[in-house]
Amino acid sequence: MEFPSELVKNAVEQLSTLPGVGKRSALRLALHLLKKDKDQVEKFGYSFINLINNINYCKECFTISDSDLCKVCSNQNRDKSIICVVEDIRIMMAIENTMQFKGVYHVLGGLISPMDGISPNDLKIDELIEKVNEGIATEVIFALSSTMEGDTTNYYLYKKLKDKDIKVSSIARGIAIGDELEYTDEVTLGTALSSRLPYSDNIKTN
Amino acid sequence: MYLKNLTLFQFKNHSESDYIFNEKINCFVGNNGVGKTNILDAIHYLSFTKSYFNYIDSQNIQFKNDFFMIKGNFIKNENNEEIQCNFDNNSGKIIKKNKKKYKKFSEHIGQYPLIIISPTDSNLILEGSEIRRKYLDSSISQYKKGYLQTLINYNKVLKQRNFLLKQFFERNYFDEIILERYNNEMIKYAEIIYEERKSFINKLSLVFNKYYSIISDAQENVSITYHSQLNENNINTLLKNSLSKDRVSQRTSTGIHKDDIIFNMNEYPIKKIGSQGQQKSFLIALKLAQYDFISNKIGYKPIILLDDIFDKLDDKRVKQLVSFTNDGFFGQVFITDTHQKRCEDILNSTKVEFKLIKIN
Ligand SMILES: Nc1ncnc2c1ncn2[C@@H]1O[C@H](COP(=O)(O)OP(=O)(O)OP(=O)(O)O)[C@@H](O)[C@H]1O
Ligand SMILES: [Mg+2]
Ligand SMILES: [Zn+2]
Repeated sequence: MEFPSELVKNAVEQLSTLPGVGKRSALRLALHLLKKDKDQVEKFGYSFINLINNINYCKECFTISDSDLCKVCSNQNRDKSIICVVEDIRIMMAIENTMQFKGVYHVLGGLISPMDGISPNDLKIDELIEKVNEGIATEVIFALSSTMEGDTTNYYLYKKLKDKDIKVSSIARGIAIGDELEYTDEVTLGTALSSRLPYSDNIKTN
Repeated sequence: MYLKNLTLFQFKNHSESDYIFNEKINCFVGNNGVGKTNILDAIHYLSFTKSYFNYIDSQNIQFKNDFFMIKGNFIKNENNEEIQCNFDNNSGKIIKKNKKKYKKFSEHIGQYPLIIISPTDSNLILEGSEIRRKYLDSSISQYKKGYLQTLINYNKVLKQRNFLLKQFFERNYFDEIILERYNNEMIKYAEIIYEERKSFINKLSLVFNKYYSIISDAQENVSITYHSQLNENNINTLLKNSLSKDRVSQRTSTGIHKDDIIFNMNEYPIKKIGSQGQQKSFLIALKLAQYDFISNKIGYKPIILLDDIFDKLDDKRVKQLVSFTNDGFFGQVFITDTHQKRCEDILNSTKVEFKLIKIN
């Protein structure tokens, strides 16, 4: 694509680094921004600069949080003995929306996938094991998507936790095989959570 | 099952073409380069969601355009089923059945079985093992539901395992648990694929010689054999034995991704000792054996595409082939030829119902 302006070209190149955005839509977006008020576009731009400079993670569960303890971890009414393990904040938000879960979370920050360069070391797995070793937890629930990466991570965590004195379960994931949990609607997710199965029973699912 | 009609839009050299077909034999005649083979390829698209000749969809769009569309109506069990395949440079490929989009193309493949005999089949003999594995897989996908998905799963675990080995090497660590997980997955899928491929080749080889002697006068003894490391050892053992080697090479050296088919004539590779004519006959016999096997397996007749068959066989054999339709061996047939007269004469003499479609 030939650009009449370096400025437009730069903007298009940046926008097209976003997932699912090709050069054409990037150009459309850039031109759209130009039509807006200057203030608004500055606000837009600064929101990302602020995001990246000031992002903070909960020191208990590693979810994104503006304070050192997230809203869930700092809530006295949440049951700290039940830990729900999720891939990232999207799944945590989806589960929170069901309002059916009274425990706390542990955000891994991804799933094991060598082809994406992600090994167990890149995830908050040691932190989970440490947390379990502290002895407060009585149950750990895996709420990971039923993709090959989700299953591998499930398996890995199960192997790491199976000799500990806790209950290990996985949400009933027959939901829609291969579907990302993020897209599962709230009702199904709620049912899946309440009908969780001991991990070893559904070890074969995929 | 048969294809009732076909519409092409900006597909290769076809700007806009419409055809209505006969249930039995359809013969496309026209000079070199008019687009006969392209029509067969479009039919192949409707069955396999891809080209037989060029896997790069964008190159099958008519030059200087952005998309192509192929649409056809199949009659299957007396139902009319409209299949549409669109490819657009921006939005990619969409396959629809009765206007409904498929989520996974692997769910489509196998619903309208098809076998093609084409001059490019010689690659099956001449090229490396990958093309023969593809041949195995696309053949099996025509009658075995779920096979392609198993294969996709296998390939994905294999890829993850290879990246894992690479990661072990580069980051200098080793993790028993993840490796075991990938091994278990590989074992699960490999065993299914192995059994399926083995049984396909075994069944095929039972009728292969018969078709070779129909196609060729000669008395050579021909054979096809399935070659797999899993013939010697189970996949579990193979993976264990090759682990230290795999860790060094950072690649999985054993599994069904190393399979091959051995094509022999009088106990020697046909690639080395077969004449061109013998190789042609070999491949046609292979496809006919496959046709025979698949029709039996699914209980109805796949569509058969015979590209440039007159150039490969003498008139007597073509006649014999065409008369297979009379015997009820073939279902719907599509033939291409450059000589209208030759084509008509042969078809007339066999008294099969046929439709001649002139392309220019
Ligand atoms: N993407 C494309 N856009 C336009 N034309 C194309 C495209 N791809 C191939 N062609 C044209 O299609 C023609 C070849 O068509 P095809 O192979 O179907 O011919 P054919 O009738 O089978 O000829 P033959 O009798 O020689 O086998 C060539 O003229 C080629 O230039
Ligand atoms: Mg041709
Ligand atoms: Zn928290």
